Amino acid sequence: MTRLRTEPNIPDGDGFYQELLELHQGRSKEESDAINARLILLLANHIGDREVLRGAMKAAADAGL
Amino acid sequence: MRIFETPLYPYERSPDQDAPAPARHPVVVVGAGPAGLAAAIDLARRDIPVVLLDENDRVSYGSRAICFAKRALEIFDRLGCGDEIVDHGVTWSRGKVFFRDRRIYGFDLLAEEGHRRPAFINLQQYRLEELLVRRLRDLQSEGRPVELRGGSRVTKVVPDDSGVLLTVETPDGPYRLEAEWVVACDGAGSTVRRELGLEFAGRVFEDNFLIADVTMKADFPTERWFWFDPPFNRGQSALLHKQPEGLWRIDLQLGPGVDSEEEQRPENIAPRLRQMLGDDVEFELEWISVYTFQCARIDRFRHGRVLFAGDAAHQVSPFGARGANSGLQDVDNLVWKLERVLDGRSPDSLLDSYDAERVPAADENILNSTRSTDFITPKSATSRLFRDAVLNLAETQPMARPLVNSGRLSLPHVVLDSPLQSPDTDGLPARTRPGSPAVDAPVDDGWLLARLGDRFQLLAVGIDVPDDEPGLEVVGLPARRHPLLDERYLGGAPGALYLLRPDQHVAARFTDYDPERIAAALRRSSAQETDDS
Ligand SMILES: Cc1cc2nc3c(=O)[nH]c(=O)nc-3n(C[C@H](O)[C@H](O)[C@H](O)COP(=O)(O)OP(=O)(O)OC[C@H]3O[C@@H](n4cnc5c(N)ncnc54)[C@H](O)[C@@H]3O)c2cc1C
Repeated sequence: MTRLRTEPNIPDGDGFYQELLELHQGRSKEESDAINARLILLLANHIGDREVLRGAMKAAADAGL
Repeated sequence: MRIFETPLYPYERSPDQDAPAPARHPVVVVGAGPAGLAAAIDLARRDIPVVLLDENDRVSYGSRAICFAKRALEIFDRLGCGDEIVDHGVTWSRGKVFFRDRRIYGFDLLAEEGHRRPAFINLQQYRLEELLVRRLRDLQSEGRPVELRGGSRVTKVVPDDSGVLLTVETPDGPYRLEAEWVVACDGAGSTVRRELGLEFAGRVFEDNFLIADVTMKADFPTERWFWFDPPFNRGQSALLHKQPEGLWRIDLQLGPGVDSEEEQRPENIAPRLRQMLGDDVEFELEWISVYTFQCARIDRFRHGRVLFAGDAAHQVSPFGARGANSGLQDVDNLVWKLERVLDGRSPDSLLDSYDAERVPAADENILNSTRSTDFITPKSATSRLFRDAVLNLAETQPMARPLVNSGRLSLPHVVLDSPLQSPDTDGLPARTRPGSPAVDAPVDDGWLLARLGDRFQLLAVGIDVPDDEPGLEVVGLPARRHPLLDERYLGGAPGALYLLRPDQHVAARFTDYDPERIAAALRRSSAQETDDS
């Protein structure tokens, strides 16, 4: 069982963030939503650990409250 | 005349109708669908007198179930009609999935080797029922105590402590019958359930589905095709499935609130089918109907002397072919218990385990078919967003394909928590743990399941045991002769003993021979002992 990693882990965070925005540059809301959904599925598959995924879902839901 | 229009068991007057007092029978089964027919056959084979009542006199009207899974076929083997049924069916392993106007991928369900029966066959439900009626007739002519009474509708059910009083409506008027036990297999609209005032709680799906059975003039691949949101059925789904006798099943989702009369008109259907099959495929419509469904079950399947099985107990969406398949597993679980209670070898409480084991199985089916329905018909914008994301990814990314859910084929339920089960022994393969149906394997010139029969037995692989435990037959097989048997029953162990129930489910297993532990497990699995000794 692995827990969701919540300490910083992405090398060059600013670079990653820029790429993420560029991915959505010039797209409609509908296109962006579809890409985000596909992105979630691809990343979830890469992680593959249900415990981690559950932790991420919870953390994502809780953060907006 | 088509088979489902042919009277197979026309009403005949029974001497019970002229009896001064209601005749008493050990078991009355209400409803001759797949579940009721299988129950009557299993009871008759065990020489338990059974009366099977049906309001009708023929097989299921029109086109319903077509897909029968391996466990159901194994049950038919036990009932003595597996070969006939499998010979009439067709198997397929390839399919295609379409999304909008694109074919997104094809698949081949390479079935696991080393099983007598395929993962499933396609066979029309009316054909299956016809073969079951034939099996029942054969048993009758062998002198087995089974009666099938057509044109006999149960209208009243009054249970008391010693039996159940049934009122049966016939063309000659009503009569009464008394049953020690009633097996209610009278389908989703069960009269017995209504008579006992039981709630059928669950979720109703608003969707309508149109079924068309067609014959095609040209060759068409034996594959299952499933469309999400196709151009000929915008926003909905469609399914094309092979049936025997040159028939194809087409299932078109229509959505809520449709005019079902209008939808069923051939002139409205034909253009859609042409779009679906291609302009060059000539076809003929054999059957059209519209259906709706719900996912629901009663709270308990045993109510005193009334035992519910099949759709009378639970109903699911057709995605995943779980309706008839699970009804057959209900019967498989129930009949040996009824036999033991009737002949006094086990206490009445054995029948409580029917409830404890089959309610979770129904929940598993309802869960699976609800998930399929939610994938096929997304209920919110976000749900559709993810559904479409899965389908778009599936075209190029194999990772997404397992998430595509157009129905999950019925697999046998593994009982996780049953009062009849003994704790597991470490070190043996997971797939044959207590609660699992025995997994088939090739042995010598035949098959393991064919060697097992339907009594309590001790399967001894690679361990010598004396055949002296009363009420327990020993089936001994050597280790290291049958690689798949070793893989499925031994794992790394040099030998193992499996206590198998009459429904071929594992009740306990051990890696060494201890007659006392085996006897205790046997008492427990026949409810002769309920403590933890
Ligand atoms: C379109 C469609 C596709 C399906 N596909 C599949 C599939 O591929 N695989 C699968 O496993 N399942 C499938 N199912 C489900 C399957 O058809 C049912 O689950 C199955 O028929 C249930 O069997 P049963 O014996 O419990 O009840 P039923 O088949 O409904 O039989 C009930 C019987 O009881 C009789 N009866 C009713 N009331 C009374 C009364 N008061 N007195 C006397 N008799 C009475 C009726 O005449 C009937 O013969 C499908 C269903 C539909 C509609």
